[in-house]
Amino acid sequence: MSKTIDNQKGRQGATLKKILRYISKYWFAVGLSILLAVAVVVLTLYIPILTGDAVDLLLGQGLVDMDAILYILKKIGIAVLLTAVAQWVMNTCNNFITYHVVRDIREAAFDKLQKLPLQYMDTHSHGDVVSRVIADVDTFADGLLMGFTQLFTGVLTIFGTLGFMLMTNVPITLVVVCITPVSFLVARFIAKKTFSMFKEQSETRGEQTALIEEMVGNLKVVKTFSREEAVKEQFAEINGRLEKCSLRAIFYSSLTNPCTRFVNSLVYAGVGVFGAFIALSGGISVGRLSCFLSYANQYTKPFNEISSVVTELQNAIACAGRIFDLIEEEPQVPDGEDAKVLGEANGAVTLTDVDFQYVPEKPLIRDFNLEVASGKRVAIVGPTGCGKTTVINLLMRFYDVNEGSIKVDGTDIRDYTRGSLRANYGMVLQETWLRAGTIRDNICMGKPDATEEEMIAAAKAAHAHSFIKRLPEGYDTVITEDGGSLSQGQKQLLCIARVMLCLPPMLILDEATSSIDTRTELKIQNAFARMMEGRTSFIVAHRLSTIREADIILVMKDGNIIEQGNHETLLAQNGFYANLYNSQFALS
Amino acid sequence: MSGMKKLLKYLKDYKKETVLAPLFKLLEAFFELLVPLAVAGIIDRGIEGADKGYIGLMGGCMVLLAVIGLVAAVTAQFFAAKAAVGFATKLRQALFDHIQDLNFTNIDKAGTSTMITRMTSDINQVQNGVNMVLRLFLRSPIVVFGAMIMAFTIDVKSALVFAVAIPVLAVVVMGITLYTIPLYKKVQAALDRVLSTARENLTGVRVIRAFHREELEKERFHEENIYLVHLQQFVGKISACMNPATYIIVNAATIVLIYTGAIQVNVGNLSQGEVVAILNYMSQILVELVKLANLIITITKALACADRVAAVFELQPQSATEEKAVAVDNGQTKTHSANAPFMEFDHVSLTYKGAGAETLQDIHFTVNKGDTIGVIGGTGSGKSSVINLIPGFYQATEGAVRLEGRDLKEIPEDELRARIGVVPQKAVLFKGTIRSNLLWGKPDATDEELWQAIDLAQAREVVEGKDGKLDAKIAQNGRNLSGGQRQRLTIARALVRKPEILILDDSASALDYATDAKLRTAIKSLDGGITTFIVSQRASSIRHADKIVVLDDGELAGVGTHEELLASCEVYQEIYYSQYPEEKGQKQA
Repeated sequence: MSKTIDNQKGRQGATLKKILRYISKYWFAVGLSILLAVAVVVLTLYIPILTGDAVDLLLGQGLVDMDAILYILKKIGIAVLLTAVAQWVMNTCNNFITYHVVRDIREAAFDKLQKLPLQYMDTHSHGDVVSRVIADVDTFADGLLMGFTQLFTGVLTIFGTLGFMLMTNVPITLVVVCITPVSFLVARFIAKKTFSMFKEQSETRGEQTALIEEMVGNLKVVKTFSREEAVKEQFAEINGRLEKCSLRAIFYSSLTNPCTRFVNSLVYAGVGVFGAFIALSGGISVGRLSCFLSYANQYTKPFNEISSVVTELQNAIACAGRIFDLIEEEPQVPDGEDAKVLGEANGAVTLTDVDFQYVPEKPLIRDFNLEVASGKRVAIVGPTGCGKTTVINLLMRFYDVNEGSIKVDGTDIRDYTRGSLRANYGMVLQETWLRAGTIRDNICMGKPDATEEEMIAAAKAAHAHSFIKRLPEGYDTVITEDGGSLSQGQKQLLCIARVMLCLPPMLILDEATSSIDTRTELKIQNAFARMMEGRTSFIVAHRLSTIREADIILVMKDGNIIEQGNHETLLAQNGFYANLYNSQFALS
Repeated sequence: MSGMKKLLKYLKDYKKETVLAPLFKLLEAFFELLVPLAVAGIIDRGIEGADKGYIGLMGGCMVLLAVIGLVAAVTAQFFAAKAAVGFATKLRQALFDHIQDLNFTNIDKAGTSTMITRMTSDINQVQNGVNMVLRLFLRSPIVVFGAMIMAFTIDVKSALVFAVAIPVLAVVVMGITLYTIPLYKKVQAALDRVLSTARENLTGVRVIRAFHREELEKERFHEENIYLVHLQQFVGKISACMNPATYIIVNAATIVLIYTGAIQVNVGNLSQGEVVAILNYMSQILVELVKLANLIITITKALACADRVAAVFELQPQSATEEKAVAVDNGQTKTHSANAPFMEFDHVSLTYKGAGAETLQDIHFTVNKGDTIGVIGGTGSGKSSVINLIPGFYQATEGAVRLEGRDLKEIPEDELRARIGVVPQKAVLFKGTIRSNLLWGKPDATDEELWQAIDLAQAREVVEGKDGKLDAKIAQNGRNLSGGQRQRLTIARALVRKPEILILDDSASALDYATDAKLRTAIKSLDGGITTFIVSQRASSIRHADKIVVLDDGELAGVGTHEELLASCEVYQEIYYSQYPEEKGQKQA
């Protein structure tokens, strides 16, 4: 038990250090903020002294020196104005620091998303990752802002007050100093207890977000199976758990305030009584005592604030920890320093003794050998799940091979920069992905500087132009993330137009036309055929008509190539391929 | 504001807590207000009169007040937390339930990522707001006005300062708050954008990397982020005025208090101790106002979020069901004419909400029980729309779809959907196990029934290839399976319930030919006869159908068997020969 607490502490400390690294970038603002905090504290502490002096002049009927009082009041007025200005600038500084640090962290997290191996995306819930980048960072921002605005001034106020009090009267100060540590202890005790509660809350929330993402994202499927009630129950279960741990976290953390306030009241009473006794023996004036009382208030109030800030910070640190987990996730092996930039490739691709598996204990591809001369067309066929998509993952370097090598133009692809390698492939995947934005943005994704004519030519080649024209705003029609009202086929046409615009030297078509009707497909095939001329292309398709004209047909099964050759030779072999091919007529 | 009002009904079950929390806070505030009186007593009676016993007594009183205050506060915090968390839980559930009940038209309209923020961070903000309101909203005004009243009991002239200062404070605090409310909404919208970019980059990672867009994406994210920071800072600057402004007002009031106090003391109307007490009340007001200002910021955020949450509730859910419920009564009388076809599309037209043109136009055909119906046509010809009418996902805008003579609009949704198995175009599986996914089709299915469906769907090798077989884990969205594997499992899922009507919406597109063919044979061979609708691009998938419906641009281009259509339907000929060029050659030769 104690060990886990130690670990937790160590982790918290490490997280804190990382946060400080992000903050240190804004050292100027931080420095200014600290200076202003000092100014604010000194001024706010000076005002009660002035007030006390004024009170001491109120000796009784006919004994009040109005000129002296007016002089003191003038001083108070100036001090108040200065405090106000300093406070505003300080707050603005703190906002600046917080929001910039948060921006930096979000950006670091996003940068990491761009560098993570695909394995990470394929195995982690997107909802959870998004909740880290958005919700967790937000909570962290709230905590950090509170920390800045209240922690500095709080700590400074404590020391400032202590100093002023010591200057005024040592014995009463000692009373204050003796009682206040209780406040600290209480706050620390509560903070410690609540850290794990907040963590539990944050984790349960993550789980809930993942469920929301899944069930709201696929709402149509849920409704198709009339599963609304079951899904609601599933949600209710998590929701119930969240209620329990939220209640715990919120209630226990909210105890900090009343508890520290209680200790404050004790201090206040102590100062009042003890001070009065000293006043009796003439050790302190009434004005100074009232000043002391307001100090006692000010002195303990920061404890109050600090402790609530500390709980907030605990929560913030727990969230920051989750973000840093993401930021520190092992990135893909970076491009080597001497990595070559692959220019316009010839397109000769060689796979030698390639072994690959997603999970160590489950070998998938074994001893895969293939030699593709420049400009050849390779078709990959085989039953579902035989590893066709995996081949693409490897060619594009979405995943790296475990053994063996893949070479393009005679050089191992790991010796090229990823960007230049991928720029040489045009890829159309089975799962269409469009981004929120205009049709234009989507088509020009691979070539943002394309001219209007180029874009329209590409759209025409992909047979997308005619339907785009009919959209309300043409190429400037805004579509939502999942393509919204576009049909699956139309989305695929847009993805094809995207590639048509770039025309890289090698092509990868993964079931590229699966959702397009065959009439349109035929036309696109022609366009593809033109496009594939002189380009090395890899086609994964189930439509045998699509691949009949390939130079090499790879027949895959269970991660292995079981047959290799062209259409005629494979048919002649009368093997797996022939079987596959004939099956589409076999059912007559 | 109005948004919050609508949400408040979820607080109904926590009436007791909602009343008790502020009540105990009030108690705490009341005892706190007595403290300055005790201090004044110490100064005026204790110190002036050198009465040590009285000082001790007052000290004891202060400790007692503190203890009572603590008990009251803890009780209040508990009730407040309970009410706020309970409220948020109920609200979240209600919102989730509501979203689940939205019809397809509404789902199209609302974006997924905004719904997710509303379900998560927005509701959290609202919860926070409720919690703070219960804790502080009564306490702060009570302390402020209480302090003023206490000041009046000491000296009316000095107390008049309070009467001026408090309204000025209220105006400043409210003014700043009202100005920032719309700004916080903008901040939230900017955050939404950042969120959707982050999401996009996860879902589209392959495409983004293939196009080597990483740097551009960073740029884009950077810009959105900068915009967000810019907005946040602007709002921050205005909110930052709150504390200094209140500080100036309160201290100006203090200066006036000392001045008038000095005159009063000089005249002999006030004692020193009383002036100290009045000053104490002023400083209590300041402390409380700082809290109030923070509270108002929290409330502002909460209200903005409440509006956004309420907006989702506003999406009117299933009005179709209500109409249906009414229609059922009338429907009973005229149903079931004995010679009605099993299913009939009676001159059906469909216009999607907000769409300019009709998606389907005057579609008319009939279906016999046990038949296999092929639906074929070009991209965007309306194939999916025809299919979507059958389970009632959308309602025909003109004409009617009838099942056994009953208009689909009159059949309760659950009854209708229980008779239909749908395999959607997009093969989606859910986090859980293979078993939990298949049970979607029929919650009480036995293992035997599951395996039967798996066999039918040609998915046995998929399931047997996984560790744990039926209990193999499935990741969110079925990410750990290939497209083809997912598709077979979604087919199995639809078959588990042994539906009367099976809809394969282009479901075989990720299957290879052999599997596709086996699947069709297997379904055909089932006894009882499932009426099957197959939507496909492949002529081979539908050529053996009993009836083929050919669509072209939302209109019916032809209905008939393969042979009939090949002889008469131009659109069908084009489609067919595009896939079997050699047959065309044979024909021409």
